[in-house]
Amino acid sequence: MTTIQKKSALPGQTNPIAHLTEADIEQIGIELDAIRQDVLDDRGASDAAYIRRVIDTQRKLELASRAVLLFSAFPPAWVLGTLGLSVSKILDNMEIGHNILHGQWDWMRDPKIHSSVWEWDMASPADQWKHSHNEVHHTYTNVIGKDNDLGYGIMRVDEDQTWAPMHLGQPVWCFINAVFFEYGIAAYDLDLGAVVKKKQTKDPDFRRRAKQVLGKIRRQVTKDYVVHPALSIPTGSFLPTLAANFTANVVRNLWSNSIILCGHFPEGVETFEKRSIEGETKGEWYVRQMLGSANISGSKALHLMSGNLSHQIEHHLFPDLPSNRYAEIAPKVQALFDKYDLTYCARPLVPQVYSAWHKVVRLSLPNGWLATTNAKNAPQQLAILYKMATGDRRTRRLLGRKLESESRAAAA
Amino acid sequence: MSTTLEPPVRGTRLRDQLVRVAEAATTPLLPADFMDLFAPLRSGADLRGRIEAVHPETADAATIVIRPGADWAGHVPGQYLRIGIDVDGVRQWRAYSLTHGPRRDGRISITVKAVPDGLVSNHLVHRAEPGTMVHLEQAAGEFVLPPEGGKFLMVTAGSGITPVIGMLRNLFPSTDDGVLRPARSAQHDIVVVHVAPSHPHSIFIRDLEALHAAGAIRLVARYDDEHGVLDVDDLADLVPDLAERRTLACGPGGLLDALAAHHEAAGISLTTEQFRTARVEPGDGGTVSFTSGTIVDADGATPILDAAEEAGVLMPSGCRMGICMGCVLPLREGSVRDLRNGAITTAVPGESGDVKVQTCINAAAGPCHIDH
Repeated sequence: MTTIQKKSALPGQTNPIAHLTEADIEQIGIELDAIRQDVLDDRGASDAAYIRRVIDTQRKLELASRAVLLFSAFPPAWVLGTLGLSVSKILDNMEIGHNILHGQWDWMRDPKIHSSVWEWDMASPADQWKHSHNEVHHTYTNVIGKDNDLGYGIMRVDEDQTWAPMHLGQPVWCFINAVFFEYGIAAYDLDLGAVVKKKQTKDPDFRRRAKQVLGKIRRQVTKDYVVHPALSIPTGSFLPTLAANFTANVVRNLWSNSIILCGHFPEGVETFEKRSIEGETKGEWYVRQMLGSANISGSKALHLMSGNLSHQIEHHLFPDLPSNRYAEIAPKVQALFDKYDLTYCARPLVPQVYSAWHKVVRLSLPNGWLATTNAKNAPQQLAILYKMATGDRRTRRLLGRKLESESRAAAA
Repeated sequence: MSTTLEPPVRGTRLRDQLVRVAEAATTPLLPADFMDLFAPLRSGADLRGRIEAVHPETADAATIVIRPGADWAGHVPGQYLRIGIDVDGVRQWRAYSLTHGPRRDGRISITVKAVPDGLVSNHLVHRAEPGTMVHLEQAAGEFVLPPEGGKFLMVTAGSGITPVIGMLRNLFPSTDDGVLRPARSAQHDIVVVHVAPSHPHSIFIRDLEALHAAGAIRLVARYDDEHGVLDVDDLADLVPDLAERRTLACGPGGLLDALAAHHEAAGISLTTEQFRTARVEPGDGGTVSFTSGTIVDADGATPILDAAEEAGVLMPSGCRMGICMGCVLPLREGSVRDLRNGAITTAVPGESGDVKVQTCINAAAGPCHIDH
């Protein structure tokens, strides 16, 4: 993808909002505000009962799974317990933690279910995550250079970012990041990469936050890899329980990473230039959220397990509405997309994950390389790639231009 | 110097260690979060209660019988209770008088009159169901009778009878054989002047009449439709030995104010109790005071966050557009208006408690206090 501001200048690419007038954009804002207000007006006891039911289910599932894992030396118990614990951890992170930390349930005035006090089963402390996620990502969604969720500062996620040889490794980084996602998120919330690069690791504020993260990680690791395995010693299940907890954490990591990749990475999602959000109106902010997010279509179970981030578009428009309401407003939001001739990016889970990973791979290569490569010219293309990867900046620029013009010619 | 031998500590130490292991096994939650799933009324839990029965008293009043959690510390008749109940999914706190003396079955009861526009009272009277969990605070209040007895005048109006009925029921238990007069009540000489709109609208009137008939109290009932609105200057006629009695009064603000003026002029002692705070009408803009001492004049169009920062208050903030919850602070008292849709949020001390509000999209709607 290319920021929508540059698309209008490129042949074969169109700016998807070029047809909208200023008045259209403001009207979209008014209509979305009305959808939000409808939900606020009838938010009530049944919504409160919903989140309490999910929390209750998750806690009972966790208790039951951990109880079964006390006997995890017995293989069926291992399988059942690991499965239950994985689901429980996913519910804790997605439908419960993510959404409570967004303040979706603050209106209940329940001092135990409130964005200001909630803590979740994950390496990143809730406070730090709220800053990097709620504040930075949700405010500057898909703005290149502002929204660090675009590539988490370690990946090339847009054609406009200059390609460098190190990007060849990005499918591998991306996979490792997926497996250990909770630690990736913790490092990301700390802004670890930038802090190390700027040699600010002695900064007292960074130290304080790093200490907070390490404390959280220590407690999490002690629970999953010391206390529960130790409790399983009487049945000879120390190692099986440890392995079960590790597996459940990895399953949760892979799942949440996939859901999050689907939210903003798939083909068809737009990115924006930093300049474009100066003096942005509420209507323009809404339009950016509409085009900067992608949904996953699927069953109720998928919506629940994804924390309703399968309704990423609705979530980005209204991050503080209760998640159980996204499904109900989705048709209204989609009708608005249709009315203003905008593309509502929604696909089932597998195509959406594929689309996101395809992009990770495509952007690990120079612009146009994948598009101009086929079985016949593969050897020559690999030679070009080798030259670009080993050559100096000038070589890369020249060969890169050639690839881009070839792929444009092929597209036209 | 006397010394006491330390009790053996092994038991406590073992317990502490078990607690530590349990905490390590449940982090980031607490063991209590899991125990609450199965035993929300256990000892050591946050104080809660379960509604066991709702008995209608009149068309718009009902007595709610609650089984309190194991840590309920008991109460003295006349005291009140703060109860938190979810109405339309939102936790609301109100104070109600306990209307029974301590009961043998350990249950407690409150009697609620549904007032017009009363969110919680209407819910409790008309929609509360047995089985509902409620949140409680321990009984509180100085509106109680001295145990040694004496001469008293109780002036009650409407639901102001509720703390008084709690005292009277404790002094004079009602049984199948009629009203009892145990030894503990022998020294109590009580006159009750009870004011209500009409006889049928009077909560507990049958109890009061029975106590009067049994000679336990002297009841002077005044109904607005029959006798006209009570004038406090008439009290001396209704209760000739007024000056010898200690007056305890519970009712609406107007009556209590009039009584206060009357008793002060006459030099008679008065103890009052009032629950319903005067309704605050939300305004447009107002003075925002902070716990730190700063006072900021904010207009009705400026977010509290902006106004406070302008005045030099160091505020937590984030997206500044109402989505990140990075600016949430407790509103202790007063009203604020959501600038996106005009929704009003009000905090009433002793009722709602602190209400956490987003300062970046809320403007002052009248004077308010923010705990920061």
